[in-house]
Amino acid sequence: MTFSPDLEARFARLLESYPPGRRRSALIPMLMYAQDEVGAVTGEVVEEVARRCGVTPLQVDEVVSYYSMLHRQPQGKYHVQVCTNISCLLRGGDKLYEQASRKLGIGHKETTADGRFSLEEVECIGACSWAPAIQVNYDFHHDMTPEKLDKLLASLEKIQ
Amino acid sequence: MAELVHLTIDGRPVEAAPGTLVIDAAKKLGIEIPAFCYYEGLSLQAACRMCLVEVERAPKLLTACTLPVAEGMVVRTATPAVAQARKSMLELLLTNHPLDCPVCDKGGECELQDMAFRYGVGESRFAETKVHVPEKQFSPVVFFDAPRCILCYRCVRICNEGLGVNALGVVNRGAVSEIAPNRGDHLECDECGACIDICPVGALTSGIYRYHARPWEMEHVGTICTFCSNGCKTTLGVRGNRILRGNNRDRSGVNGEFLCIKGRYAFDFLHHPERLQSPLVRSGGELRPVSWVQALGAVAERFLEARARGGRIGVVGSNRTTNEENYFLQKFARQGLGTGSIDHRRTGDVPALLSALAGRGDALATVADLYTTKAALVVASDLAQQHPLFAFQLRANWRHHHARVYTVTRGPVREDQYSVQALRVPPGGELEAVESLAPALRKEPELVILFGGGIRGAAVQRLVAFGDSLGIPVKYVCLVDYSNSRGAFDMGLAPELLPGYQPAPNPGLTLAEMLAAPDLDVLWVVGANPLREASLAAEKAFVVVQDLFLTETAARADVVLPAASAYEKAGTVTNTCGEVQRLRPALKVMGVKSDLEIFGLLARAMRLELGGARPEPVFEEIRANVPGYGVPAAVLATGGAAQTCPAAAPEIPPRPDLVRPASDTLFTSGTLGRYSKVLSSVLEFPGELYKGAGE
Ligand code: SF4
Ligand code: SF4
Ligand code: SF4
Ligand code: FES
Ligand code: FES
Repeated sequence: MTFSPDLEARFARLLESYPPGRRRSALIPMLMYAQDEVGAVTGEVVEEVARRCGVTPLQVDEVVSYYSMLHRQPQGKYHVQVCTNISCLLRGGDKLYEQASRKLGIGHKETTADGRFSLEEVECIGACSWAPAIQVNYDFHHDMTPEKLDKLLASLEKIQ
Repeated sequence: MAELVHLTIDGRPVEAAPGTLVIDAAKKLGIEIPAFCYYEGLSLQAACRMCLVEVERAPKLLTACTLPVAEGMVVRTATPAVAQARKSMLELLLTNHPLDCPVCDKGGECELQDMAFRYGVGESRFAETKVHVPEKQFSPVVFFDAPRCILCYRCVRICNEGLGVNALGVVNRGAVSEIAPNRGDHLECDECGACIDICPVGALTSGIYRYHARPWEMEHVGTICTFCSNGCKTTLGVRGNRILRGNNRDRSGVNGEFLCIKGRYAFDFLHHPERLQSPLVRSGGELRPVSWVQALGAVAERFLEARARGGRIGVVGSNRTTNEENYFLQKFARQGLGTGSIDHRRTGDVPALLSALAGRGDALATVADLYTTKAALVVASDLAQQHPLFAFQLRANWRHHHARVYTVTRGPVREDQYSVQALRVPPGGELEAVESLAPALRKEPELVILFGGGIRGAAVQRLVAFGDSLGIPVKYVCLVDYSNSRGAFDMGLAPELLPGYQPAPNPGLTLAEMLAAPDLDVLWVVGANPLREASLAAEKAFVVVQDLFLTETAARADVVLPAASAYEKAGTVTNTCGEVQRLRPALKVMGVKSDLEIFGLLARAMRLELGGARPEPVFEEIRANVPGYGVPAAVLATGGAAQTCPAAAPEIPPRPDLVRPASDTLFTSGTLGRYSKVLSSVLEFPGELYKGAGE
């Protein structure tokens, strides 16, 4: 399988940035970039990345199934990730998750019918000092409150 | 050697080489530090935390399986904190683990059960429902029961690191992590069962053995695998006169724990419904069952008659019968029947190697050498397919000692994963390729050269001359195909060779010549199936066959004598390196006799004076008479492997034309392979998976 010229160039740089014999280190970034371009880590992506990194498809599957930011199915245009791990939980992360779920009408790892939103309850995203935290695609939203969450979702609704 | 490091464990001083892990240092003192994920020979995992110990001046407990010894280190393994840690670890491991040991296949030999018994608590604080996942079948050989898995990664590491197959992985994380096979819902692999035997619990079980017996009900008989020529020790679990499993958990034998699918599971040919259990004699054009007395009488009569009138008698020996049987057979042929026409299907040119070495016995490598040599060159063989133990040994050598491996083969081989150079050449071009490696090989401190049956006659001479020209110590392995192919040559199953590679005074016909001779009067075939690929020119020849099954050759016979397999008899076999090992009978099959016993009975019926036909006296005769076989009896008696050291083969014209490698794969093995349901039930049978590889 081939990717866009930009991504191909990026992969080429990636593979060069590790010491000889450590091609497999490029695995996670490659999967992330491929996911962004293809929309999901499809079986084809797994095979292709395995080939390029010199590992078996099963070894790629190990990584894909381990990391929650890698998805086998396409996510909504806005992938809302609410942290409910310990720090966020203590500061109301679970309430935020319920609120988002109610608002969007979808549950954990579900996507709205129009494909605009998907929701996921995630483990610690490394923003404990600003808990509770939410991540939408690659953007972080810190010190969230129910009001801030409503505003955030409304603003995303508006973007075409 | 670097200076030893001194430390104290539980108040007792111990010294160990730098780099030694605390868990191993403790072992030296007889102190057990419990461990699940730590496994000698595999990479460190530190996944189970069962091995936690207290180390003075360390702020918290440390994993002894990853902690190298240090000068002055003070370790404690028997403190309340350590005991508590072990209890907690076990409690966690048992959170989702079913507590149904009475119906678990591993019950009685489960490490988790043993650890819970020794170090655990009798109760759990977890009241939650256990995570349950249904059991999966990965292949006819491998079953996986996820809830029992303790995620020690041993299976993953033995498959990926040990074998280089990379068929197992761990997917998901946390409580739902589980072992996954390489093809979605099933395995495509060597089906060796190593992952099953290494699993400390009942998570991986074998389709062959599971739920057939409790381990303590079986007798365990250590004998030698009857398939390829590598000579693995397999410990057969026997109950009620049936073999239920094979493994080698005690690491005895040249193979340690290694076994391929054949040594571990393919013993089932033995109980195949078509197994011959009565002698057959042809009457009215058909083979009909008769008594042993009748059958032996018929053979003796025709043998005597043919001998009396100076008829042409041809004898074909086996690649799988014992040294004692081979030795006795050639004696029977040469002295008893007065024929020099005795041969076997040759699968490698051993005589050519021995004659090229001209008596340099120290240039013959052992299986152990493959694990220690600094460099190895594999010529014209796909080891993973045809010599699985050797593939494993070389790989282990590379993993543990960075051995430098070179290959010269027809197609891709598994050694490509790590070899320093891999040359692809069409058959016939190997030697030139080998010679092109000279500059690199000269820089190696030592070398073992393994070569397949494609290298024969003058090519062997050229290869040895090449080895000699390198100016470094070089050892050789002439790869042959079956469990006693080497012994067949050593014991003189060749018209031109007496036992010990002495020149035969009156060489008779070769196997091909026997089949082609229109005036052959008698053909006696023991454990071989030459008529599978060739026809017998002498239509009137009286044919006697000793075998386990009604092979193509047996179907043409006038008398068929049902023979015992290697797992049913005593004796010795010699692996392709020339190491002799002892067989131990695991069971008896009704109606059959060992080939040696058959020879003895026939000799008696013919009133021949050939000496006692029992394994021990015949082996004593071999030890006394066959050059190179004066091996220490104690080594064999204690289940060891003794390297033979054959004298120089004589200056006899090489017969490369007679060498015909069998081209078996990991999943085939001549007649026996055809009658193993286990082998034919795996997806990978007959080995197409690795098409195009090696020789
Ligand atoms: S049977 Fe052997 S090759 Fe297959 S998965 Fe298990 S260890 Fe790997
Ligand atoms: S299946 Fe067995 S060997 Fe593999 S990780 Fe689980 S417990 Fe360990
Ligand atoms: S490698 Fe050869 S001797 Fe060892 S178990 Fe397999 S077939 Fe038997
Ligand atoms: S717990 Fe939510 S960011 Fe760390
Ligand atoms: S044995 Fe040390 S962590 Fe498993």
